[in-house]
Amino acid sequence: MAQTHEHGAHADHGPQGILKYIWSTDHKIIAMQYLFTGMFMAMVGGFMAYVFRMQLAFPGTSVPLYGVVSPAEYNALITNHGSIMIFWVAMPVLIAAFGNFCIPLMIGADDMVFPRINRLSYQVFLLSVLVVLASLFVPGGGFGGAWTSYPPLSANSAYNLTRLGASMWLTAVALEFVAFLLGGINFITTLMNSRAPGMKAYDIPMTPWMIVIASIVFMLSVGPLIAGAIMLLFDQNLGTGFFDPNRGGDPILWQHLFWFFGHPEVYVVLFPAIGMVIDIIATFARKKLFGYKIILYTAVATAVLSFFVWAHHQFIAGIDPRMANIFTVTTLLISVPIAEMLFVSIATLYGGSIHLTTPMLWALAFIGEFLIGGVTGIFLGASGADVYLHDTYFVLAHFHYTFFPIAIIGTFAAFTYWFPKMFGKMMDDRLGKIHFWGTVIPFNVIFIPLFVLGLGGQHRRIYNFQNFPELQHMQPLRILATGALIVMLFFQIFFFWNVIKSWISGPKAPKNPWKANTLEWTADSPPPHGNWPPDQLPKVYRGPYEYGHPDAPEGMDYWPQNLPPQNQPARG
Amino acid sequence: MVERLIQEASSFAGSIDGLIALVMVLVGFWLILAEAVFFWLIFRFRAKPDVRTQYITGKEKHLKRWITIPHALVLVCDVFIIVGAVRVWYNVKQHLPEADYTVRVIGQQWAWVFQQPGQDGELDTADDIYTTDNLYVENEKTYHFELTSRDVLHDFSVPVFRLKQDAVPGRTITGWFRPTVAGTFDIQCAEICGIGHGVMLGHINVQTASEHEQWIAQHSPASAQ
Repeated sequence: MAQTHEHGAHADHGPQGILKYIWSTDHKIIAMQYLFTGMFMAMVGGFMAYVFRMQLAFPGTSVPLYGVVSPAEYNALITNHGSIMIFWVAMPVLIAAFGNFCIPLMIGADDMVFPRINRLSYQVFLLSVLVVLASLFVPGGGFGGAWTSYPPLSANSAYNLTRLGASMWLTAVALEFVAFLLGGINFITTLMNSRAPGMKAYDIPMTPWMIVIASIVFMLSVGPLIAGAIMLLFDQNLGTGFFDPNRGGDPILWQHLFWFFGHPEVYVVLFPAIGMVIDIIATFARKKLFGYKIILYTAVATAVLSFFVWAHHQFIAGIDPRMANIFTVTTLLISVPIAEMLFVSIATLYGGSIHLTTPMLWALAFIGEFLIGGVTGIFLGASGADVYLHDTYFVLAHFHYTFFPIAIIGTFAAFTYWFPKMFGKMMDDRLGKIHFWGTVIPFNVIFIPLFVLGLGGQHRRIYNFQNFPELQHMQPLRILATGALIVMLFFQIFFFWNVIKSWISGPKAPKNPWKANTLEWTADSPPPHGNWPPDQLPKVYRGPYEYGHPDAPEGMDYWPQNLPPQNQPARG
Repeated sequence: MVERLIQEASSFAGSIDGLIALVMVLVGFWLILAEAVFFWLIFRFRAKPDVRTQYITGKEKHLKRWITIPHALVLVCDVFIIVGAVRVWYNVKQHLPEADYTVRVIGQQWAWVFQQPGQDGELDTADDIYTTDNLYVENEKTYHFELTSRDVLHDFSVPVFRLKQDAVPGRTITGWFRPTVAGTFDIQCAEICGIGHGVMLGHINVQTASEHEQWIAQHSPASAQ
């Protein structure tokens, strides 16, 4: 294989010393770069949440570690919290970090198909990180027009008062899209071309499948938004009027371009999370998936439908009211495949032997919490109810009940599951469980009050609700949510403590600590550059979920994909 | 449900709250059922020594129906919700009942400007009354509003009316409401519009017929001449 040869060359003449970690083409090193950058940005985004939640709970007081929050700073904080958590945490960690780490290892490849494009992808991403962080410190402050960046507010510095901040924010987002287009090409091509001998389409584990479906959805949806972003940059800096009604432009055009990407984007981050969660559930329930093909087909159905629901974000934005009826139908229809995907995940538990390890707790919490996020979306998809609920805290609580399970719970599930493979050490289960309960319980205490606030008519992106007489009496709920956030942030200390402690002095991880079937567990922990010795790349004889198979070797409740069949034919 | 948190003060508020309650019942049923099954399965099939996991592919007919029947039922619930949503939507947004009065609502950074007819009952005449941040309307009358913006997007939201509509520069969007309770209520701007978004508060003052007649008479520029 040409690639194998190329990698051999890399191992000999590749960068040495510190350059090995910052100039590497090894998919695992690039995964770590994305992972640590994403974690750093999660801390930035979490700190922002702390600052503006403190402002909402105790308006006008000086926030410890920050100071008094001005209205302009408040807007910049919420805007960048949202953008960072989606574009610089959820996407780099779920898709880029775990995609890079898991795809080659889980399909038995020695690396990505285009290792140098992979390195370029991270470098462009890093540039976007630097631009968005710098945008917070330029004169005028960071952009404060919400992560949706609706014009004319975002297009004209006379309105937003953040001339540099707005353009830098937009440039950073566009650069981030470029990075993920480069990464997406790699994921799709690698899955198509580099699978281990014998691995047919239905033998691919869910994690690679879902990351690739997500990459396809991303690549198909992001084009219009990149075009829109360029037009908006021109409006900001060159005096064009694409979105300016005074010069024949249309501000609502931006909303269509944005949400045509923005809604599929939800599924772009959901799919990788659900793929990893399903893999973890199968491993720790010791169960074959209840309907592999159902999960795959419902994911594809969701992906297709996700392109036809975008205008449910715009019911009351001034679109033709008749349009809302069509988008209500498509939006409610998308609940069917998503519900079915969750039902199948739950049904997989039936007849299993469930081991409540730390990764399994995270994976199960994903299902339990995401259900709440899913069903509360129905309220908003129903146009008649959205008239009232649009842009209230009900929306905010709803999408945090989807994004938090995806980006935080899903990430912790995957991180604790693959940590032994990534770092060659076992994590501390007791610290892991303290961190789990200390995160999941406060999460619910933060966002259930916000549902109530939304139903009570509280709108988003307002820096002080004391100004609104009808909303004053709900202040205890705001304080409760802020208190729970601080508790949750505190418990993250246990996570970092666990990571550092396990990395330094944890027990050495065996190749396959969880007794799982998929190929990454046949490589060393951690795998070397090239993953397997070039002459020992794995071959595949069966699907990834053959737990409890009656023909499995004596004494094993699992049957690794690479284990040659003993007496019986490989496939029945 | 919603009316316990914030009162209903328009003719369509009850139908929107009713729709929210319908969705609450249907999705609440599914949520509780799914979570109950989920936790029961985790408890029932927790790892026990000497109990081997079962080999189930999901193709077994008697097991597969545990997925296919809920699948069909979710679809049925969706149809109920779609019908309810479209009916409410049609009445609130798509259909314009005959108006008793028409007012113009203009959003700008960061205030609401209201223009309403004076004693002649006609908009865009010399006796129009302009007010800022306070709209005075008569109870139990159907109002059309012509909503627009001078600069960026705003959103005219009256939570007690369950009314919400974006104001878009360059467009005039016509909607309606019919107050049913006299009193003073909040108008919130519900679309981020810059650093003053958080103080873009207005009030809608719903008056009785006689109060409103008096108010019009006092404030019409023509009567002052």
